[in-house]
Amino acid sequence: MDEKKIYEILESVKDPEIPVLSIADLGILRNVEISEEGKLIVTITPTYSGCPAMDTIEKDILKALNSEGYDAEIKTSISPAWTTDWLTKKGRKNLEEYGIAPPAESTTDKSFLTGSHKELRCPQCKSTDTEMISHFGSTACKALYKCKDCLEPFDYFKCI
Amino acid sequence: MTEEKALYNYLIRLGDNALILGQRLGEWCGHAHQLESDIALTNVALDQIGQARLLLSEAANLQGEGKSEDHLAFHRDEQDFRNNLLVEMENGDFGQTITRQFLFDVYQYHLLKAFCKSENDFLKAFAEKSIKEVTYHRSLSRDWMVRLGDGTENSHQKMQDAINLLWQYTGELFEMDESDEVLMEAGIVPDLSEIKSIWDKEVKTVIDEATLAIPDTRGFMATGARKKGEHTEYMGYILSEMQYLPRSMPDAKW
Repeated sequence: MDEKKIYEILESVKDPEIPVLSIADLGILRNVEISEEGKLIVTITPTYSGCPAMDTIEKDILKALNSEGYDAEIKTSISPAWTTDWLTKKGRKNLEEYGIAPPAESTTDKSFLTGSHKELRCPQCKSTDTEMISHFGSTACKALYKCKDCLEPFDYFKCI
Repeated sequence: MTEEKALYNYLIRLGDNALILGQRLGEWCGHAHQLESDIALTNVALDQIGQARLLLSEAANLQGEGKSEDHLAFHRDEQDFRNNLLVEMENGDFGQTITRQFLFDVYQYHLLKAFCKSENDFLKAFAEKSIKEVTYHRSLSRDWMVRLGDGTENSHQKMQDAINLLWQYTGELFEMDESDEVLMEAGIVPDLSEIKSIWDKEVKTVIDEATLAIPDTRGFMATGARKKGEHTEYMGYILSEMQYLPRSMPDAKW
């Protein structure tokens, strides 16, 4: 198995709702292995139970691998549960440049449960004077914030 | 009763609660008083539908008849549904929806917390995933309970009316039967009377903070309706809307 090549192919598969994040950056790509028949078994995990992008992601992975001549099968696993801690450094950087504030803290820090967020930086003007408008945003994984300096609203990738 | 049969029954209950509540909340799409609330309610609906899919597909696997979660959701009749009456109650106004959500969120949260220690691998994995979502739901409905209850005279009255209406359906959430006993014995599910004491305490704290009152507990309804597959008059309407398309066009794909 040409691991480097397979990784490159999978790296080209993006989250359809946040096209700056690859499935590896998002942390939903959990494992790749070869079955006895030589098939690639790709294991992915949903971000949220009801994430409507999962079907598209599965199809995109198969399409990308098949077009390079790999026979593949997708497995979905819910355990261990996806956490924003799995977002890569590159993923976080890409999110912010795209205008979505990356998760501000780690889930090992329980402050996210009480809603007392740490410093949350506006992805536009970088001010930390921000406030939450809504617990929920345009997709399950985001909340809506507003910057009190530049007055722009922005999405925040919720820490779970 | 075998453990497998008990687990099937239990998964159907959990799955039906999530499915029917998700369907109910979905009715708000495009109707809430502000965009943020509209998005929030439909996000909660989406999480519930996602959870319902996981639960019902596991139930279908256990059943071993080669059926899918869609079959269980769309091709069962009213008397085969085992959801609690609370989740099928009408949306009413925003306050009534929030009150129903709050009473259920606190229940669901503590139930999931108990499942995180379950001896059953699926239930444990399911709970560890879903509790993250439900933590957000609970925080949303709790905030609104306090904001509306301790709000204007009008919002306060509407919230009190909602509690008075819905309170009688909360007793049923904690009813147990043989399936519970078999699974409790195996360390798979918690004793609901323990969940009830946690629920009572948390719900009371929030209702107090919202300056609202818990109605006279003589109206506390625990009827065993679920066990018999009995529902309120609302259930048929929910199912007809939800099931019409897959039943009339069983091979439809999109």
